[in-house]
Amino acid sequence: METQTTVASKTKASKTVHISGAEAVIKCLLEEGVDLIYGYPGGAIMPIYDELYKYQDKLQHVLTRHEQGATHSAQGFARVTGKVGVAMATSGPGATNLITGIADAQIDSTPMVCITGQVWKHLLGSDAFQETDIVGISTPVTKWNYQITDASEIPEVMAKAFYIARSGRPGPVLIDITKNAQVETFDFEYEKCTSVRSYKAKPKVDKNQLKAAAKLINAAKKPLIVFGQGVILGEAEAEFKAFIEKAGIPSAWTILGLSALPTDHPLNVGMVGMHGNYGPNKLTNECDVLIAIGMRFDDRVTGNLDSYAKQAKVIHFEIDPAEVDKNVKADVAVLGDVKDTLSEIFSMIDTNVHTDWHQEFKDYDKIEYDKVIKNDLYPSKDGLTMGEVLKEINNASNGDAVIVSDVGQHQMIACRYAKFNQSKSNVTSGGLGTMGFALPAAIGAKMGVPNREVVAIIGDGGYQMTIQELGTIFQTRVPVKIVVLNNEFLGMVRQWQQLFFDKRYASTELINPDFITIAKGYHIDAKKVTKREDLAAAVEEMMASKDAYFLEVAVEKEDNVFPMIPSGASVSDIRLS
Amino acid sequence: MEKERTYTISVYTENNIGLLNRLSAIFLKRHINIESMTVSKSEIDDVHRFTFVVNISETQARKIIGQIEKQIEVIRAFYHTDDEVIYQESALFKISTEHLYDEEIQDKLKFRRANIITITEHYFVIESSGSKSEIDKLYDRLKPYGLMQFVRSGRIAITRPKMAISELLQEFN
Repeated sequence: METQTTVASKTKASKTVHISGAEAVIKCLLEEGVDLIYGYPGGAIMPIYDELYKYQDKLQHVLTRHEQGATHSAQGFARVTGKVGVAMATSGPGATNLITGIADAQIDSTPMVCITGQVWKHLLGSDAFQETDIVGISTPVTKWNYQITDASEIPEVMAKAFYIARSGRPGPVLIDITKNAQVETFDFEYEKCTSVRSYKAKPKVDKNQLKAAAKLINAAKKPLIVFGQGVILGEAEAEFKAFIEKAGIPSAWTILGLSALPTDHPLNVGMVGMHGNYGPNKLTNECDVLIAIGMRFDDRVTGNLDSYAKQAKVIHFEIDPAEVDKNVKADVAVLGDVKDTLSEIFSMIDTNVHTDWHQEFKDYDKIEYDKVIKNDLYPSKDGLTMGEVLKEINNASNGDAVIVSDVGQHQMIACRYAKFNQSKSNVTSGGLGTMGFALPAAIGAKMGVPNREVVAIIGDGGYQMTIQELGTIFQTRVPVKIVVLNNEFLGMVRQWQQLFFDKRYASTELINPDFITIAKGYHIDAKKVTKREDLAAAVEEMMASKDAYFLEVAVEKEDNVFPMIPSGASVSDIRLS
Repeated sequence: MEKERTYTISVYTENNIGLLNRLSAIFLKRHINIESMTVSKSEIDDVHRFTFVVNISETQARKIIGQIEKQIEVIRAFYHTDDEVIYQESALFKISTEHLYDEEIQDKLKFRRANIITITEHYFVIESSGSKSEIDKLYDRLKPYGLMQFVRSGRIAITRPKMAISELLQEFN
């Protein structure tokens, strides 16, 4: 890379040693503070694995059962720690198996570095065994990627990879390393990257925009905040809380913003979007100022854009300039890291309480409670609901657990009902909607915060997409708690089929194996609950366990998740049944 | 539907393998056809310049610039209408030598400020520069003589408004 030296600034040179490219990769990881990586070996990355063997006292490698699992574990680790997750794979199929996790990390802004082995430089383009153009394949789903073909490039490229993955709006970076670059020796010296010429991690904060935003906020009679993961990624939870408490503004969250504000905070008015709460969705179209903070107006949040908050002035606090005016036109765009912008705007904001406006949310909450929540959490029918399982988990965790959810009905129920006291506690695949995410992500999350309880909540469909990671749990003894909410259906698709396709249940019914036997095959304690009276005790037993634990709950087969904004409808048209 | 028009998108970048793929993927993801594309060095050492021509709405153009500028190795991107750029395309026509002394063809070349750059026993090659429509006109006039080969370059464009890349690079550093 001829321009590499001119475009990246660096700090702190370490002393020079003459080593192989493979050993250099390990040293780079150690320099970046990495002590845990997930991966799967193979021919083209064997020299690096050989070095991992030598460095195993400093750098733990977790062998997942599939490369996709390695990426999701790295993502789970990154989401709960805020650090860069690292996944490693060999060339060809090893590398292509990373793609789903990389795409997931890209759309959910998760810092991750993936390292792939590649065939020898002289074999590139020869369709060699396990050769694939992973740089080409991963380009649209990475924040940055690069192919190293010479060992001497390793320190600079690795330093740049970590800097890019974690700075600004975080994202995944893939570094592909040809086998010759792993075995060649060179004089290694490491310098951390602190800037890249053509890359501005954070836009400059414009005081005039802050003033314009403050003016709108101070004049607002019915302001509504919608916050996203930007608050968590910017570690701006304290600044955010101080801001909303001073301004007295009802604050709703996107699925990835969840846990940035404690569940029981009086200004927390719930989730926006397709299966969000009734009040914040309805009132999106009644507020006079909509303040979006670290979120990107996903279509699952906005519904039909033509009837989304048209009456409101929109203020958008955002780190990524490409997100401004992408889906919703901002009247005021406050560019910058929300940690900086929220702390700067604090002194410009008037103290307020908006009592009458809050009452409108409470009135809608009452309607939603009577029509939906009561039946979800305290059902009068025989069949178990997903909601009551969440209620029992809340009772046992007191809101201190990390909840990792997969994708589908159970995910919406988990996000709607799980209680959180602290940030970085909700791990889910929001943007990409990757079924199979939760089990490996929970492994990474538990390893990232070993002192916290980590509960994976998974449907019977998604569970079987990465069920092989039970092997990783067994081998590493990582004590994750796994809850499968089994309705013997691909529930969310079935719900759409019921509501919009006249109950034509095309390929959504699952004939499932005996999940208890499978868990036991991996020597994981397992229990199945089919009756309400056994549920609380089973959840308590699971939470009390010091080891990994599998709990299957047979839930009502054809329950639906409400409220619901039908696809393409307005947030105002949110349905309660 | 917002009106589509022709935009020249100029992208100043670092010189890295794979960047073309990264940029073209941005158009592909939005199902936008690239009418033409040229890559060259720019007025600044070590800085390359991509010139894309696309038919899109201004909203699309603005969003695409946002996505392009987000790429790590992109220094800055701009979009301009045809009124805001001075642009040229270049074309080569290969024609059988039997038509070389045809007076009509000589007139057509004079009219178009086209030049004959090679003559051999069997064929001769005509070069012409201009806008796409000008080259299209010449193409239509030469077609009856039987084009043995035809090729046209992508658009190259200089903008009327300033593109202050050197200052920007200072700011980055």
